[in-house]
Formats: sequence, structure tokens, C-alpha cells
Amino acid sequence: MKSPNLAASGAAAATERGLLSNGRGKTVGTLFASLLFFGLSVAMLGLAWLLVWSFLRAQGRLSWDLFTNPPSTLDIESAGFRPAILGTLMVMAFVFVVIVPLGVGAAIYLEEYADRNRWYNRFIELNIQNLAGVPAVVFGILGLAFIARGPFGLGFIPLTASLTLALLVLPTVILATREAIRAVPDSIRQGSLALGATKWQTISRQVLPVSIPGITTGVILAVSRAIGEAAPLLLVGATTFVVFDPELFNSGYTVLPVQIYQYATRAQPEFHDLAAAGVVIMLIVLLTMNGFAIWLRNHFDKKRVG
Amino acid sequence: MSDPTRRAAGPAVVPPRLDTVPQADSQRVSPVEGETVFDLRDVDVHYGSFRAVKDVGFTVVKNEITALIGPSGCGKSTLLRSLNRMNDLIPGARVGGLVSYHGKNIYDADVDPVEVRRRIGMVFQKPNPFPKSIFDNVAFGPKVHGASRTERESIVEDSLKKAALWEEVKDDLRKSALTLSGGQQQRLCIARTIAMQPDVVLMDEPCSALDPIATARIEELMVDLAKQFTIVIVTHNMQQAARVSDRTAFFSTEVNETSDIRTGVLVEFDDTQRIFSNPSDERTENYVTGRFG
Repeated sequence: MKSPNLAASGAAAATERGLLSNGRGKTVGTLFASLLFFGLSVAMLGLAWLLVWSFLRAQGRLSWDLFTNPPSTLDIESAGFRPAILGTLMVMAFVFVVIVPLGVGAAIYLEEYADRNRWYNRFIELNIQNLAGVPAVVFGILGLAFIARGPFGLGFIPLTASLTLALLVLPTVILATREAIRAVPDSIRQGSLALGATKWQTISRQVLPVSIPGITTGVILAVSRAIGEAAPLLLVGATTFVVFDPELFNSGYTVLPVQIYQYATRAQPEFHDLAAAGVVIMLIVLLTMNGFAIWLRNHFDKKRVG
Repeated sequence: MSDPTRRAAGPAVVPPRLDTVPQADSQRVSPVEGETVFDLRDVDVHYGSFRAVKDVGFTVVKNEITALIGPSGCGKSTLLRSLNRMNDLIPGARVGGLVSYHGKNIYDADVDPVEVRRRIGMVFQKPNPFPKSIFDNVAFGPKVHGASRTERESIVEDSLKKAALWEEVKDDLRKSALTLSGGQQQRLCIARTIAMQPDVVLMDEPCSALDPIATARIEELMVDLAKQFTIVIVTHNMQQAARVSDRTAFFSTEVNETSDIRTGVLVEFDDTQRIFSNPSDERTENYVTGRFG
């Protein structure tokens, strides 16, 4: 028993020496971690500051009147956001209607059908990734030239705004859906095909149901981005000061970011409080929409597991 | 079968090590009784310009278990996947020669691969249940082929019984298939396959991801299922081939010395008993006695 013990204790001592930290590595590690934490703090503090500021400025103005009253430049006390809220909801509803089928369809094509050996498929792929980085105002000009005027000539109506924003956020939906489809293991496709299911049956009944959570996340991100956009909409008609409810095919509409901008640029400080209240409303609308999407996602998740 | 085809394989291919031993082909096989399901002749499988398997010929008889054995990389799984056109899914894969199924070449232009796979089911190496309920896993095949709700219910029960899984899951049909153990999942995949009432069931190393107890259950199941279906199984486990199969095809690799490209070849095809007791090729003997591979 003696010699093995000796050997063992020698080995243990060597191990212990090896395990002891050398001070330098530890310092560098701590430094790096604090740097990362600093980055996180800046992001979180900036967001927190914005939220707190908006709530404090808006405090005196938060009431149901904001949701039911039209804007006014004369009667600051009763001015609200009703047309802008309805405009945003209407524009977003049609953004949703456009991006879901188009985005999912494009992603299915690229992931399941496109032959990567063909140059045009690679060309499309590359361009979708590039489109995701194009500034929003460029899409505004596109909407102005081709949708409001030009070949489509729809005029400056909420539908034009929807189509313009849909083009803007479509790459987000396509990329997220592609990721979700790619994450579905091939063994599921093979299992389905080996049962004599067609390619479309395999995609629609096996691949897509599994991808729904990922697709929903992409749509949430896309709509969240679209809801805050003001720049492209300024070019396609959302500039007017509107006191009546918007209609899908009639010109004269506005959306929340544009309305906030209008209030914020006025001289009287009361309007700045109103702009802050608009930020709060926009957050409420956004969180409600996201909450619904998350509920939808969880609902499908549960159904999938059975 | 014809010599010209074989010679067309090209001078670059080095002949087998033992020139005296004739290459296996169906002429050498002891006469086959019973109905022929598959008749393979001079089957080549290419991935792009790479030839994975060459000149394979053997027959699969109805209600028998045919085992494909051989060392890794000899193309047995590749060959198995060409029997129900699963190779179509791999870009660049081509199958040459004749894969005759009840007298019809399944690679003819007028054959629909979806119909081929409906009749020739497949169980994969790793259990791959769908992320759905146990019931929906088995009902999926019949559903896409138009079985009604009541039909599906009886098919599910019947298939789970045949796959020896019914007793374990009959109260949990709505539970996710992913909650089952590996062995249960594999039996579920078998149930899912036989729910289509296939003619042939192809099994690609169905037990390699399972423990010995689950393996024994699947083997028992295979022997039982062979009464109703024709089974072709790829296995790494020689004892398994010896235990369950009626006929065995032994594959090996041939190395092209100039390019170092390995091609799978069929060395010998015979009754399982002969393959394991008195093989006619030295390479088979070396393999089954454990001296090689």
C-alpha cells in the first residue's frame, strides 16, 4: 500500500500545481468579462432611460382620451392619437397579410426547391441578404416611384404604406424562415418521403409545422421593425395632419411614428409631453402584438409536442 | 449480366485480388425458390463522378429476410437506398443497371418514385419519429394517402400490434413520440412503415443505435414480420445477419491503386447458412471469421 500511495500523492501534488491559477490569466479573463458587461449595460441603460423618460414626460397625459381623440393643434389638452393608432393597426395588418405568405413562400423555395448550382438561385440568395441592409428611406423612394405612382399607381393610401413596409421587412421574414426550415432535421424529411409522401406533403405537414416557432419569431421581428418606421412612410403619404379615421383605399392617413414626430417638432412643451405619450402608446401596441404572436407560438409549440 | 458491361467498367479498375474466384453474380447463386421481388443486375451507384458501388447483382425473394453485410464504406447502405429511390434525394446520385421490382425497372422514366416508396418502405439507422403524437406518427402515411379517420384508427392499432408496441403505448397514443425510449421509437418507426401495407421493408442498420435488449426485440419482430413482408436489412452485426436472415449478400471494397478510390462490390451472395459456414470466396471467409474488417 505504501508505494502506490506515494506515487498517488506525487501525482496529486503535480495535478494540484497544474490546477492552481496563474494570476495573469485570471486578470485578463475578469477584464474581458467586465468589458462585455459594460457593453450590455450601455445597451440596457440606454433603453431604460428612454422608457423612464417617456413615462415621466407622458405621466400627466396618459388617459383613454389619447386613444379616442383625434389630434389637434388648438386644443392641446384634448388632443389624442386615434387616427394614428388606427392607421398603424391598419398598415401593420396588411404588412402581416403580405409578408407571411410571400416570406414563407420565398423561404420554402430557397430551402427546399432551389438548386444551388444554378446561378440565378445564388444571385437571389445574395440579394435577399443585401436587401436586409438597405436603408428604409430607399424603400420609401421605391414605394413612391412604383407603388404610389408609376406602374401600380395606387396613390398615397394606407395600402401603399403597407406594401412599401412589406418590401422593407420581407428579407427579415425570409431569412428567419429559412433558418427555421434549415433547422428541421433531414431525418424527418426522409422519414416522410420514405412513407410515400410527396415533397409538398412532406413540406406542408412535417417541415412547416416544426418551423412555426421560428417563422413566428421572424414575423414578430419584422412587424416590430415596420411599426417604428417613419422615414419611408413620409414619402408615401403619411405626412398629412389627419383628424378623421383612415380608410384602406383613401388617401389621408398617418401612423404613430409620424404623429409623434409632428407633435415633437412643435414649439409648445405640452406637445412634447403628448409626443412622449405617443411613444408609450406605440410601446403598448407593439407589446400587445408581440404578446399575441408569442401566445400563438406557444400554442403551436404545445400542439406539436402533443 | 453481360460481359461487355463488365468490361466497360474500364481498365482503370483493378481486378479483385483473387482472379481465380469468379465475381459473384446471380448465376452462381443456388436456385431461388419462391417469388422474386427484386432482381438486381449490374447495378452501379454514382455520386457525381464517384462510383460508390459497381456491378451488383442479386435477387430478393418474397417473405424472406435478405441481409447485406460488409465493412464500412462498402456501399451496402447506398445500395439499400437505391432499392426505393431514396438516393434520388441526394444531388448528383445516379443509379445504373437494372433494379427490377416484380419485373419492372424502378428507374424507368415512367415510374413515380412516390409510388415506389409507398410500396417499398424504409426504416432508418437512427430512429426518426416525427415530432408528433404516437398516433399521428403511425397515421401519417395512411392519411396522406387518403385513409379516413376510422380507417386510420384501425390501421394505427393494427400496425402498433404488429410492431409489438401496442401494449406499451395503447393508453398514451396522444403523447409525443419523442417521449418514447430509443427501442420504442424504432418500433414506432417500423409500425409507421408497415401502416402503409408495403410490399417490402428496407432496414438500414435498424439496431445500431439500440441496446442489446431492444435489439433482441427488433430481431424477433423482423422474423415475425417476414411472414407478411419481404425484408432487406443492412447490418454491421454479423451475428444479427446469421440469426435473422435467409440470404446474405457480402460486400467489400475494391481500391483503385492509381486513384485510391474505393468502390463497393458484391463479393458473394448465397444462403445465409452457406455464407457463414462454407463461403466460396476467401474474402467472405476472412470477414465472417473476423480476420478482416
